[in-house]
Amino acid sequence: MCTWMTEQIGITGAARGVPDWLRVTRANVFYDHPVSAPYDHALIIDFVNPDAGVGARVGVELSAASAWELVRAITAALESPEAQADLAAEGRAPVRSELETLP
Amino acid sequence: MIAEVVGFAGHGDTVIEGYLARPVTTEPTPGVVVLHHAPGLDPWCKEVVRTFASQGYTAISPHLYHRRGPGHWADVAAAARAEGLAKAMPNDQVMGDIAGAAAYLRAQPGANGKVGVIGFCSGGRQAFLAACDVPSLDAAVDCWGGSILPQPPDPSRPGPAPKGVIHRAPDMAMPLLGIFGNEDLNPTPEQVDEIERVLTKHGKSFEFFRYDGAGHAFFASDKPNYRQEQAVDGWERVYAFYDEHLR
Repeated sequence: MCTWMTEQIGITGAARGVPDWLRVTRANVFYDHPVSAPYDHALIIDFVNPDAGVGARVGVELSAASAWELVRAITAALESPEAQADLAAEGRAPVRSELETLP
Repeated sequence: MIAEVVGFAGHGDTVIEGYLARPVTTEPTPGVVVLHHAPGLDPWCKEVVRTFASQGYTAISPHLYHRRGPGHWADVAAAARAEGLAKAMPNDQVMGDIAGAAAYLRAQPGANGKVGVIGFCSGGRQAFLAACDVPSLDAAVDCWGGSILPQPPDPSRPGPAPKGVIHRAPDMAMPLLGIFGNEDLNPTPEQVDEIERVLTKHGKSFEFFRYDGAGHAFFASDKPNYRQEQAVDGWERVYAFYDEHLR
């Protein structure tokens, strides 16, 4: 079924896009100096396909607080029955949110 | 000035890309090798290169991630950073690229034969190491280089702790200028104290300027780290240092 369940959160940061859909095979996650987001350090996530060249990249640079909210939102979305069923089918443990929302 | 992208022979005679700017003048010009920070050869680093040209220096910033290209500089840097510092910018490769950049500058028409190096963040550590490892240089400037000292093992950080480059201090063969913010976390003021102590013990020629109200990367005019008053004073120290040792 269509879940129509969307977690909407306010975030601050920067993102680097691509013009069309991109097959991604790896996520590089680190907390370091960002390129564009206006912080000394940021939570950086690069969704990439190394076999398709360095330009095959969707990158985001988020403030630490925004990244934490994103973790919470992802966890909340994964608590949907559909996600839980898919996780079970892949032999993964069910997701239970233990993260508190930032004030 | 003339600003352009050039190719030059770096480490292992591999031709790599560099961003070069030079003043249009008949006066002899010293050279400066500008080492970009970890995010890559970004617009700010190119601005630094052009600023040196405006001050009468021929400057070049080697693209230290060139071997990971081609592509947009930010994508190339992202791919390199994902592989870790040791693979993205191994010390011997960077030192070879710096030596190649210095040779390229000396070969330019009007070069006065003297070349300095300046680096920011990871580039600051590389500039410190170059002062010990690239004897063809004449002066070095370390701007808030982190991990010059070995870092203690930290279970909360993945991978091995940085080994540092301070053990190479006895080999330092040129004057060193250091620029640091007293609110920086790497290097901390205590770590800068220790670097001072080691350089003093070995009788090296160095001068450090340390700024209150500034942290890491306070020259970066495109970042919130920028501290105008401290940065203006810091740049004046850099120019005075290079005027003394490179002209």
